[in-house]
Amino acid sequence: MSAATLHEPHVHVDATGAKIAMWLFLFTELLLFGGLFLAYAVFRTYYPADFHYATTTLSVSIGALNTALLLTSSLTMVLSVAALERLNRRLSVILLGVTALLGALFLVNKYFEWSAKFQHGLYPGSQELALHPDGEKVFYGLYFTMTGLHGVHVLVGVGVLAVILAMIARRPRRTVSVPLAAPTALALQGDSGPLWHQAADAQLDAVDVTLVYRENEAVAHRQLIKLENAGLYWHLVDVIWIFLFPLLYLIS
Amino acid sequence: MEKKELVPYGTYIMIWFGLLVLTGVTIIAASLHFGQWSIMTAIAIATVKGALVLFIFMNLKREERLFKIMLSLALITMTVIMVLTFADISFR
Amino acid sequence: MSHSNADAGALPSYLEVSGRRTGILGWIFSTDHKRIGILYMILILGFFLVALCIGLLMRLELLLPGPTIVQPNTYNALFTLHGVIMIFLFIVPGIPAMFGNFFLPIQIGAKDVSFPRLNLASWWLYAIGAVMALLSLFTGGGVPDTGWTFYVPFSLRTGTNVPLAVLAVFVMGFSSILTGLNFITTIHRLRAPGMSWFRMPLFVWSLYATAWIQILATPILGITVLLVFLERLFGIGLFDPAKGGDPLLYQHLFWIYSHPAVYIMILPAMGVISEIFPTFAKQKIFGYKAIAFSSLAIAFVGYLVWGHHMFTSGISDTSRWIFSLLTFIVAVPSGIKVFNWVATLYKGAIEVPPPMLFALSFIFLFSIGGLTGFVVGALATDIHIHDTYFVVAHFHYVMFGGVGIAIFAALLYWFPKMFGRVFRYRPFFISWVFIFVGFNTLYFPMFIMGWLGMPRRYYDYMPEFQIWHQISTVGSWLLATGVFIFFIYFVKSLRAPRGAPDNPWGGTTLEWRVPSPPPAENFIDIPTVTAGPYDHHGEGDA
Repeated sequence: MSAATLHEPHVHVDATGAKIAMWLFLFTELLLFGGLFLAYAVFRTYYPADFHYATTTLSVSIGALNTALLLTSSLTMVLSVAALERLNRRLSVILLGVTALLGALFLVNKYFEWSAKFQHGLYPGSQELALHPDGEKVFYGLYFTMTGLHGVHVLVGVGVLAVILAMIARRPRRTVSVPLAAPTALALQGDSGPLWHQAADAQLDAVDVTLVYRENEAVAHRQLIKLENAGLYWHLVDVIWIFLFPLLYLIS
Repeated sequence: MEKKELVPYGTYIMIWFGLLVLTGVTIIAASLHFGQWSIMTAIAIATVKGALVLFIFMNLKREERLFKIMLSLALITMTVIMVLTFADISFR
Repeated sequence: MSHSNADAGALPSYLEVSGRRTGILGWIFSTDHKRIGILYMILILGFFLVALCIGLLMRLELLLPGPTIVQPNTYNALFTLHGVIMIFLFIVPGIPAMFGNFFLPIQIGAKDVSFPRLNLASWWLYAIGAVMALLSLFTGGGVPDTGWTFYVPFSLRTGTNVPLAVLAVFVMGFSSILTGLNFITTIHRLRAPGMSWFRMPLFVWSLYATAWIQILATPILGITVLLVFLERLFGIGLFDPAKGGDPLLYQHLFWIYSHPAVYIMILPAMGVISEIFPTFAKQKIFGYKAIAFSSLAIAFVGYLVWGHHMFTSGISDTSRWIFSLLTFIVAVPSGIKVFNWVATLYKGAIEVPPPMLFALSFIFLFSIGGLTGFVVGALATDIHIHDTYFVVAHFHYVMFGGVGIAIFAALLYWFPKMFGRVFRYRPFFISWVFIFVGFNTLYFPMFIMGWLGMPRRYYDYMPEFQIWHQISTVGSWLLATGVFIFFIYFVKSLRAPRGAPDNPWGGTTLEWRVPSPPPAENFIDIPTVTAGPYDHHGEGDA
């Protein structure tokens, strides 16, 4: 082989900058839901009795189960980050998978909850709901909007976690381009065994070589940034539910 | 890798356990019917739970001061908005 | 001071370096902050001219009482479209999108923003939102006729295409949020060595304060328009009184964003003035820290005053006097800035080329707008003039006489740097005369007729108002003439030969140390900053 230099691509990664950006994004989510919490507070003030009654029609058990699911998913999320910090890639992937699974279960529960309400005719715009007092109409409007928007965020979160899981589960790899200064004999693996080519015959200027590592700290570091930031998003989704649960299911 | 010390797995598990306990407390407290105080109690407990997730799971406790300042800005803004809106709602 | 950047003149500029794709694809898929700034400029100024023409049509309708050129429903659609385009497609993105994108990295000594691909995404979101808004013209029930404020319950009931329009606003809000996110991170992380917070140009400070408002206020607009959309689609009922909802809650949520939004508009404009005045007075700005802190103060206190848009809507008396008091307080930091700008001129070696002429006009026009803000902000007077032409005059003086004029000033000030060409002064002096005289002829009579009781958003009026409407409409023609002269010569100057010097005005901020136009990476070597940003006399830190 002729002398060829592997150029390690120096990618300047700003971990703190990425973290600042994610926290800023979380603030926008806080304010987005904040508008809904404000609406909740306003209407609760207007219709205390109707809200009291409507709360009792929600299932505390399912709500509590969902709370437990999300709290546990937060645990597995942060453990997944901790595992990757310790370069325990396998554990990190497993925990991340569990996190996404718990999020999916949350959504399944939500589906059953909503279906039950639809079956009883308790949904915005329904004829049944039109017969209920104003405060209850507003309560259900808030209930579906708040849990709906939250559910969309859980769904997006599960999607993001799945993408990151796929990224972390692969062995870390980097592709580097090796320029060829002179005709070189290359062994290429084909279906019928090794094939030999002379580089000049094949008219190659350079060869892209993919390095597959058993582990690579630099790659893991970059992936850790993405995992941590995804974790921040996931935890915020959990925090929002921590407030939604008592306000919608418990207060009476 | 961050050169600071890693948080032990056990710490996270303990916090999780605390969160579950607090969830139980919230449910029990709600069934006790404190009336006006119910909502305060529920929000107080939720705030503690939220703070645990924020400071430990989201690592805010160990981050630079900048992050705590920025979060305070967002929370103060949210609070101010709610308070001023209620200057209208409460006094109509 | 690094001298190697003088060699950068040998490098191809950002106008030539296309990256992996060429031609138009090399522009619309570019992650170069300078190209993105130009992309925004094309769309933003284009939409400005469209909305200006709509304004001209409105004034033409009002030339005579009764139907003149359109029917009442069409007039409602016209003023809605005028407002939606001017606010969401022109002024809110405005200076941060065009000049913030182009100059923020250069002014802090960076090669680009923190997240260049996110920056491109912001532009695409803006473009997609704009297309959606335009689609609402031809689909559903046509252009909304609710006014740009989309007040309920009318916006819930009208047959026009409110859903698509509010969805478009949602998408553009996302663009605004991502830009703010990018700028805050960039300012925290990418300042050149030696550039402490108090050595940053004041334009950068203004972008920083604005970015915080974009992050913290825009989501409230997001949830508000989402709720209107859901209410129309699913009958959710939070704003509909027939379902127990509260229409005032809509107004609260809407203005909780839309008042801070006016600070998104004005803060960068003030930043532009803070750049132009020291350059053409040839001395450092008066009261740098006061201006920097005032920007933050305006951003913060701006969240506390939204109720002044609702004084006659039925909110409580308690909240009314609280909001009125806070409104008076928010004027203080703006006043501090105006005083400091004027003080910057004192004993300066003042030159008045066109950018400085527009900047000086800002002081005059913005002050009128700001002072009339006290009239609208005081409870007793506002009861009298709310929803009249007085308010229309007030906000046009601050938004057009303030932000609009600042945009003209910025276009001229930074023209040589962005395009590598110089422009002849005379056509722009002439355009200024038409703009200044036309602007005051158009809007000052509105104060008078508003005081006399002429309501806004009315397409017909009583005979006693006719003379004021006619003066105003003639003013609109003069103003439009000035604006068209400006843009015609702006485009002509783009065709002039290249060869602008690096520093035609003698500015001291970092963009004047790189070639005109700058190379793709801005700097060959990141400079080390050793002095304040307006160090005209070599005094070191301001």
